[in-house]
Amino acid sequence: MMWLLFIYFATVSVVAGVLTVSLRNAVHCALALLTLLLHMAGLFVMLNAEFLAMVQIIVYAGAILILYLFVLMLMNLKTEEQHLHKKPSVLIFAGLGLLAELLILLMLSPYGGTLGTATSEVILQTGPSHAVGLTMFSDYLLLFEIVGVFLLGAVIGAIVLAKTPAKTDSPETATTPTS
Amino acid sequence: MIPLSAYVFISAVLFMTGLVGVLIRRNFIIVLMSVEIMLNAANINLVAFSHYLHSMAGQMTALFIIAVAAAEAAVGLAIIIVIFRGKMATNVDQINILKW
Repeated sequence: MMWLLFIYFATVSVVAGVLTVSLRNAVHCALALLTLLLHMAGLFVMLNAEFLAMVQIIVYAGAILILYLFVLMLMNLKTEEQHLHKKPSVLIFAGLGLLAELLILLMLSPYGGTLGTATSEVILQTGPSHAVGLTMFSDYLLLFEIVGVFLLGAVIGAIVLAKTPAKTDSPETATTPTS
Repeated sequence: MIPLSAYVFISAVLFMTGLVGVLIRRNFIIVLMSVEIMLNAANINLVAFSHYLHSMAGQMTALFIIAVAAAEAAVGLAIIIVIFRGKMATNVDQINILKW
């Protein structure tokens, strides 16, 4: 049963990833990315990380992807006849070669390391969200604060970048926006 | 029980998909989407190792990666909007003003 679920989530996410890279229409690419993110959340649930799966759905599929779709529709892009670079086959073969090398290296490498204390039984006693919260607000508190400041900086940067310039060529169009 | 190497395999395949996407696509927004695929591949790796090595560190790092990805998307899309306003172009080969 676990294998069935794993194979489903894995195949759909790989297919959605390939579609994201290869589809012609940009909005279709965004929807394929949405499929990929949702199935990735399923893989997270299988790995005992329910909180992360929820964050993945809310933040990635809910916020980031909507941002992408907003920008795509704001720009009103036309589907182009040439959506790839001049010689994509060279790059695709380079990518496949790199992938083969990576997989061979992964086959050869031993996995292991010192085991921690947070086994599945310990986590499942109180629930994964509880464990995540305890760890985040004890060991990772400083990092949490830094990420908060970082996000604030990113928000300010995005607003400053995307703001309409104050000086325009014709001031009357700037003051009275046409509907 | 699914072995750890299965997750690592999926992660590697998705990472290379994202990398090929960054290399072959002309549209700037889809290049950013491919970067998101690569970040997700890294996330699945981190969470898998976190599960199999009985530690919470991987999950924490994945959470922070999601936060950083959100910031990256916001700033990247703002930059795209600025470029689009000035040049009406979203293809990476048309945006070559910094090319030497």
